[in-house]
Amino acid sequence: MALLYKLFVSFFQVGLFSIGGGYAAMPLIQNQVVDTHAWLSLSEFADLVIIAEMTPGPIALNAASFVGIRVAGIPGALVATFGNVLPPMLIVSLLAFIYRKYREMNALKSVLGTLRPAVTALIASAGVSILMLALFGGGPRVMANFQWLEAALFAGAFLLLRVKKPNPILVMLLCGALSLAVGVL
Amino acid sequence: MTKKPSLPPRDARLLWKLFVSTLVISSFTFGGGYVIVNFMKRKYVDELHWITEQEMMDYIALSQSSPGPIAVNASILVGWHVAGFWGMLAAVLGTVLPPLVILSVISYMYSLFVGNPYVSLVMRGMKAGVAAVILDVVFTMARRVLKQRSIVHTLLMAGAFIAAFFFKVNVMYIILSAAAAGLLLALLQRRRGHGSAV
Repeated sequence: MALLYKLFVSFFQVGLFSIGGGYAAMPLIQNQVVDTHAWLSLSEFADLVIIAEMTPGPIALNAASFVGIRVAGIPGALVATFGNVLPPMLIVSLLAFIYRKYREMNALKSVLGTLRPAVTALIASAGVSILMLALFGGGPRVMANFQWLEAALFAGAFLLLRVKKPNPILVMLLCGALSLAVGVL
Repeated sequence: MTKKPSLPPRDARLLWKLFVSTLVISSFTFGGGYVIVNFMKRKYVDELHWITEQEMMDYIALSQSSPGPIAVNASILVGWHVAGFWGMLAAVLGTVLPPLVILSVISYMYSLFVGNPYVSLVMRGMKAGVAAVILDVVFTMARRVLKQRSIVHTLLMAGAFIAAFFFKVNVMYIILSAAAAGLLLALLQRRRGHGSAV
């Protein structure tokens, strides 16, 4: 019961503070699930981001079900999902009411101004921690741990994404396939 | 409060239609919120004519600037618009169910496959790939911030990164500080003069 309550509060916070969509929820999920409660290791969290990328649905809801099931089975997934959608259900409903009454959007847009740089930085921080995990295999960041294959895959994938803008899922699958091929051969 | 005749009736068929449409959109859209709102526009504006183009644009902007997943926020707004409170519930339920079911199944399979050496080889490569995907998004977002040529925004971005990555400051405090900075900035601009601000 205490665990279910913790899951609910955690994902309530993720829902409440993830503004801007897309990857905005990722640093918050990492904060709650890896740093605060240690429900997942950083490596498992990175796997979760990969899975979320390849399945439909918002990353926060994917994380809620993935973590909920692992921590407390199906009730865990239900509670975490409900916790995640409750803040928007309250806040967005209120905004819907205000919008219908006043049709005013400018105030919202100005608040968004300073949040965007912060959210960008937080996503960068989460992304770099996954990159460090890939480059050093989760060990200390010293040359002896450096993973040359992962470094090459990252560099290649990043360049490909910047220049050709392919489907991200294809890029990730390609990285996985190359890693498997090199590992087996 | 009297019920306006223009309000859609709270009948079961409408709720069912709303539920099924969000369920289908949520099941088949990969690539997060921005893609989903596109599908919603096509469905609700172009096909069903439940919402005008301008309203949908405003709903998308609202969804993107409110807390929570964009897809959930958009279905809350569309749900209220089409069928009030019950419409909102039906739309959210439709949006939430597919990831709930799919990820629950994957979560079970993950614990079965996580020890497999071939699977972990693939996952190791994909970690490098997903890091590239995220940092590619970050590059695009950061460039947009830098383009504004606002010293405050640029410093805020650098400061937030240093605080989060090097000093492990709690993400929630960083977001609250950024929001507070935004409010302060708006107040200062208003004080300096009404017309020239913003």
